[in-house]
Amino acid sequence: MGSVEKQTEVFDSEAASSMVKELRDEFLSGKSRSYEWRVTQLKNILKMSEDREQDIVKALHSDLAKPELESSIYEISMLKNACTLAIKKLKHWMKPEKVKTSLISFPSSAEIVSEPLGVVLVISPWNYPFLLSLDPVVGAIAAGNAVVLKPSEIAPATSSLLAKLVGEYLDNSLIRVVEGAVAETSALLEQKWDKICYTGNSRVGRIVMAAAAKHLTPVLLELGGKCPAVVDSSINLKVAARRIVAGKWGCNNGQTCVAVDYILTTKDVALKLVDALKHELEGFYGKNQLESKDLSCIVNSNHFARLTKLLDEDKVSGKIVHGGERDKAKLKIAPTILLDVPQDSLIMNEEIFGPLLPIFTVEKVESSFDVINSGTKPLAAYLFTDNKKLKEQFVMAVSAGGLLINDTVIHLAVDALPFGGVQESGMGSYHGKFSFDAFSHKKGVLYRSFAGDAPVRYPPYTNGKLTFMKALMSGSILGVLCALIGLSKN
Amino acid sequence: MEEVENSLGKLRQCFRSGRTRSVAWRKNQIRAVLKLIHDKEDAIFEALQQDLGKHPVETFRDEIGVVKKSANYALSNVKKWMAPKKQPVPLLFFPSKGEVLPEPYGVVLIFGSWNFPISVALDPLIGAISAGNAVVIKPSEQAPACASFLANILPLYLDDSAIKVILGGANESEQLLQHKWDKIFFTGSPRVASQVMTAAAKHLTPVTLELGGKCPAILDSLSSPSDMKVAVKRIVGGKWGACNGQACIGIDYVLVEDKFKSTLIEILQKYIKRFYGENPRKSGSISRIINKNHFERLQNLLKDPFVADSIVHGGSLDEEALYIEPTILLNPPLNADIMNEEIFGPLLPIITVDNIRESVDFINSRPKPLAIYAFTKDETFKRQILAETSSGSVTFNDALVQFLCDTLPFGGVGQSGIGRYHGKYTFDTFSHEKTVMQRAFFPELEPRYPPWNDFKLKFIRLAYDFDYLGILLLMLNLKR
Repeated sequence: MGSVEKQTEVFDSEAASSMVKELRDEFLSGKSRSYEWRVTQLKNILKMSEDREQDIVKALHSDLAKPELESSIYEISMLKNACTLAIKKLKHWMKPEKVKTSLISFPSSAEIVSEPLGVVLVISPWNYPFLLSLDPVVGAIAAGNAVVLKPSEIAPATSSLLAKLVGEYLDNSLIRVVEGAVAETSALLEQKWDKICYTGNSRVGRIVMAAAAKHLTPVLLELGGKCPAVVDSSINLKVAARRIVAGKWGCNNGQTCVAVDYILTTKDVALKLVDALKHELEGFYGKNQLESKDLSCIVNSNHFARLTKLLDEDKVSGKIVHGGERDKAKLKIAPTILLDVPQDSLIMNEEIFGPLLPIFTVEKVESSFDVINSGTKPLAAYLFTDNKKLKEQFVMAVSAGGLLINDTVIHLAVDALPFGGVQESGMGSYHGKFSFDAFSHKKGVLYRSFAGDAPVRYPPYTNGKLTFMKALMSGSILGVLCALIGLSKN
Repeated sequence: MEEVENSLGKLRQCFRSGRTRSVAWRKNQIRAVLKLIHDKEDAIFEALQQDLGKHPVETFRDEIGVVKKSANYALSNVKKWMAPKKQPVPLLFFPSKGEVLPEPYGVVLIFGSWNFPISVALDPLIGAISAGNAVVIKPSEQAPACASFLANILPLYLDDSAIKVILGGANESEQLLQHKWDKIFFTGSPRVASQVMTAAAKHLTPVTLELGGKCPAILDSLSSPSDMKVAVKRIVGGKWGACNGQACIGIDYVLVEDKFKSTLIEILQKYIKRFYGENPRKSGSISRIINKNHFERLQNLLKDPFVADSIVHGGSLDEEALYIEPTILLNPPLNADIMNEEIFGPLLPIITVDNIRESVDFINSRPKPLAIYAFTKDETFKRQILAETSSGSVTFNDALVQFLCDTLPFGGVGQSGIGRYHGKYTFDTFSHEKTVMQRAFFPELEPRYPPWNDFKLKFIRLAYDFDYLGILLLMLNLKR
């Protein structure tokens, strides 16, 4: 069938260029613009997720040792929801939006029409390789685009499964998967795309944006950052601890862009919090947390080495108050808590992306906001408090992609809230209708009639016209009268 | 370099102090802009006259009036725009609140352009201020009188601890771009835009790029002679009326059916004469070419002998006065520069087709423009243009006026730009929309937490479907 040949063919710049041209030609035929095509593709993604759930769970387990619940729930269910919402709302989203017009352009009517951008590229990460590949693709398809998906090579089983499933279930004349690593990604980035969506780290985010700049391609960058959780005193520490555990180790063992990276709290709360966290960790994962099947592994030896380096730094190695065990062969690191780490330690300056939770203590809880603002803006920031004033201060003072008070991570599941970063944590947003918008061009359309032309618009310009022009543009009654006189002159 | 570093440092400090966040500060600054353009109206007329030979009516319409309108609109709406917008949260998370709260990016950089040197600097400025940012404006050095005006006058009216004007040319722009900005707003050419975005990529700075393109006007057959007259009059206005063709949304070329070409040329000539008299140079109502560089660029477009041969009206040039006569060309060769580069000047090619529907393919074989104009009463054709072409915007039966419509997003797509502004969109372009969600400590959803079991798996599946009835049944042990 030629598929063996395809596997050994190098996907270079020429191949990429030829593929983009094919897709663009197909896009220009208008096929992906129809409502029917879009809904069919979305329904097929839904069917694929349902029919092949076991294959997906298996691939995710192979790549990340993800517990079945995390795969089924976080990845597959969230993707299915994205499809279901898009299918339900697509007709509405595709409708032009009528807008008001003012006296200046009277008589006229205006609307905003959503149109697809064209051929878009989605580059996805290894940590939620199924969801974060297809969620943007759902948006791109809903908006009527042709799509190329480049899944992460660091999650190879999922990448290969995606290539297979997209081949089987979706329209390959407009939707393709390109597998590969740096070489293939570079070849793709050399091409002219109509939009690029990249989810990953900020170093590569810069490379993607620079490549996009050559062609003036707009980008959606979903990056990360150190997402802090500020813990106030006099709260239900048990519930807070459970939600922190769920939002740290319960999320791919900390390998999540919105996972709680570190804790900020006062000294007296810190000790109590450590106890509460230990208690909940044991309740969730048992006494031997290193061996728990309900925790994902570290994705590969590179990241394992990176994380152990953070732990072994002299400044922090004495600060471990829980965990610290590791198993290099199995790529496992036990849930680890560190207390009172110095602000200039590595672990407090890099995005951890793993099961290490440093607790940084401050004199008073309000000082946490300064600590957060002294770093780069994260994708999310969390606060646990019952104090209304503190909540207000937090919302005003802390800039992040999104803020969540008294819980962690779940704001992602609310479709009506845009999900995206700011500065170092990204640009643009998606989820729900925001996904449709992210892959659309909003075209302004103005309808004018041939009647209604104020002569004051045209030369020769005179001082008299200047006076009329001023009145007209200020919308004053005199100006209106003059405009009407202009109408009747026609 | 050090000076920029210094200025930037002070602006950052000012922003961090929270000074630019209050409604009061924002409104005061916008009012100050209004006062400025009111008090200094004559100085603005003078500066535009010096830089571009713009008549005060054009200056009022395209520069002062635009800024005044934007400022008034922002004043009436800024409080509303700043307010958080409530969003629905699924019942599953009850009790919860969700909202989107706009916040300023921080310290933003606005690059002005030379063709509308006042409005293209101040209109975005108003948006940046309404959004609560500190701002640096870098006016175009190619319009030096206006640049000086902005540098000298803005500090007299606006809070100069938060709003600065930095003058200079390409070198200074390059230096500015090496620093980290929280947002960059650029109006200009695609070539420079690409450099701006490349520099922005180093710091992951979001950009809005307002570029241009070859904006076509499609002239369909219009049965009523008076409609035809109005259409052509508007084409003349849309070509030479705004900065003498040196406008991003100016009509670049016209597409018309072959059988109407003579009528079109005749009426074009009639209105050129009516607007500008026998000798447009002396009319005072038409802007001149900005500078020698652009004059030579335009002159070169006409040097190609086949292009020169296609001139049917005008064509005279005066280098000293930087004047080029309104010029009409009929079917210049499609591979000539004049049909492949954005003209940005007073040369109007007319391209004839056998059937006006061919315009769609013609336009689609070229980069996406900032605007498409179509003069037609054929509803089917209108729908075809909308569905089959792509551009920043489309205007039917007129030209340029979409610029004044605050409810329409103004921006390009593809080569014509990234992002948009005008009205609330300017506020949005300078804001980060921050998601804010609040939850309560109770009730707790036990199935959220490990250790996992079948019950929890079932619950969570139902939860993801928002199948509340199913959840209830499960809890009551009735669901299998």
